[in-house]
Amino acid sequence: MGLVDRGRMPAPLTKLFNMSRSYSLWVYQWGLACCAIEMGAAFGSPRYDVMRLGVIPLPASPRQADFVCISGTVTDKMAPAIKRLWEQMPEPKYSISMGSCANCGGPYWDSYSVTKGVDQIIPIDVYVPGCPPRPEALLEGVVLLQQRIKNEDMAAKWRGDEYRNNRREYEVDDGGYRTHGVSGDPIPSNVPPREPIVVGGGPIE
Amino acid sequence: MTMLSDRQQLSYIASQAADARLNVELETEGMTLNIGPQHPATHGTLRIICRLDGEQVVWAEPSAGYMHRGYEKLTEVRTFPQVTTLINRIDWLGSFANEVPFILAAEKLMEIEAPPRAQVIRTILFELSRIANVSLFLGDLGVQMGAITPVFLAFRDREYVLNLIEGATGGRFHPNFDRIGGLKDDLPKGWIDETRQVMIKLQQFCDTIEDLLFGNEIFQSRMRGIGIIPADIAKSYGLSGANLRASGIDYDLRRDQELPMAWDKADWRVWTHPDGDSFARCWVRLQETRESCKIVEQLLDQIPAGPIMTKVPRIIKVPEGEAWVATENPLGEMGYYVVSKGDLGPFRVKIRSASFNNISVVPWALKGVYVPDVITILASLYFILGDIDR
Ligand code: SF4
Repeated sequence: MGLVDRGRMPAPLTKLFNMSRSYSLWVYQWGLACCAIEMGAAFGSPRYDVMRLGVIPLPASPRQADFVCISGTVTDKMAPAIKRLWEQMPEPKYSISMGSCANCGGPYWDSYSVTKGVDQIIPIDVYVPGCPPRPEALLEGVVLLQQRIKNEDMAAKWRGDEYRNNRREYEVDDGGYRTHGVSGDPIPSNVPPREPIVVGGGPIE
Repeated sequence: MTMLSDRQQLSYIASQAADARLNVELETEGMTLNIGPQHPATHGTLRIICRLDGEQVVWAEPSAGYMHRGYEKLTEVRTFPQVTTLINRIDWLGSFANEVPFILAAEKLMEIEAPPRAQVIRTILFELSRIANVSLFLGDLGVQMGAITPVFLAFRDREYVLNLIEGATGGRFHPNFDRIGGLKDDLPKGWIDETRQVMIKLQQFCDTIEDLLFGNEIFQSRMRGIGIIPADIAKSYGLSGANLRASGIDYDLRRDQELPMAWDKADWRVWTHPDGDSFARCWVRLQETRESCKIVEQLLDQIPAGPIMTKVPRIIKVPEGEAWVATENPLGEMGYYVVSKGDLGPFRVKIRSASFNNISVVPWALKGVYVPDVITILASLYFILGDIDR
């Protein structure tokens, strides 16, 4: 991908690539609690059938996945495993947080053992609110994610502009090794920060 | 016995020593295999640490707590009506069944009883949630062994039951429909006919699964005689539900105790199996799903007229006292020990959930089995993580 990393992608080619990427998403199902069953219904059942959207629900490992669907309650004991999973996934990678628990703690907002929001651990692209969200809502989240992928500038993503602009807080200085962000160039100011997508609009809950 | 000469003896000893050396060289080191915390076979986030010797498990221990959400502490800061919202989510596949024992305990403390109509509808919804729960288990069973078709069938037919639950309660998954003193709403129009048709479909689903899965040779050879839990072990570990009945113990709380529910109005039987192996556990669950369909079909004809709510104050204060109510939930015996100090919310709630005890037998049951059998034994024990960790 010499064109991409030099930052000179012709627009039609970008469009073509984005189109192909958005219709061959391999999703890693990180099912944690009740929402996992609704995710199973959306991804694995004949009634909802996610494959018609071009999403392939059963990769063998997170290393083959394009996006991860975190569904259910994230507890403090589980959080390190999620972080490690996210770091195993190859770029470009996306994430969907499904259910109130993963979004913000949900019914366990005052529990001592629940992480209030998976976005404290990994960056989230699409939030699907509900307890549990209906499978239709999750499918809408997938469609919204595909729209975001289609509008992406691949070269910017490759340079990591967009990434660093929005996900600064996740960058960890690990003894000289930067976990995120590809190049050391200054971030151009014209890259707008990415808004999180929330299915159905409204606040994240 | 022939006497060996010195020379022969020496060479014999030498060959023995050589063999022993060979054994020492070949002896494989034990290996620790980590299953989970995220593994499709663990129905959530259970982690099982196995120490292996070759292909055999010599030691196994489940490491729970990845789904601990602190229910018992949270119930102390919620009011009584709010608690049902929480406890729905303990066993997330059979949500309505979780509410019932708690509500019954609260009603016991308040010394009220739901009207007969509410009791029957409660029982119907209870059994529907059992069907929704166990049908997914039956489908999932195939996946554990590499057969994907049953899970599609299960998801397809489970949707019908979820539609029914949604039609009656408004919630597909977590209905939060039970109230102290009755139910939130009456049944919608046309629900009863619809339920009758769905029950027929579900019985057909059971037949299909029995044909497709239980009659399958591979399934049988991987299930029969594997993971045998004898009756005394099952009892001493506190197993309940189908796991206990598959070991030959005839114990069902729906039949064996007096509760203000409507199970005694229907004609059904408790299935047991003498074998106690993985196959028996799955088979008992399959039969139970059929029985549940029968219970629902019979109770649909017997819904009495009348109110669905007794008179309860708008702001519910439960009088001081302690109550213990347990019911036979889809996964086994589930009970709540409710302590009230006369406040809006409970003072303390102890939750006895079935899976925690069911999973406690794992270190015993996995000792000496082969690695591929670990998955089938875990699948047949059938636990739900929310029910273990709470
Ligand atoms: S959001 Fe609701 S349904 Fe989903 S995992 Fe949390 S409690 Fe369960």
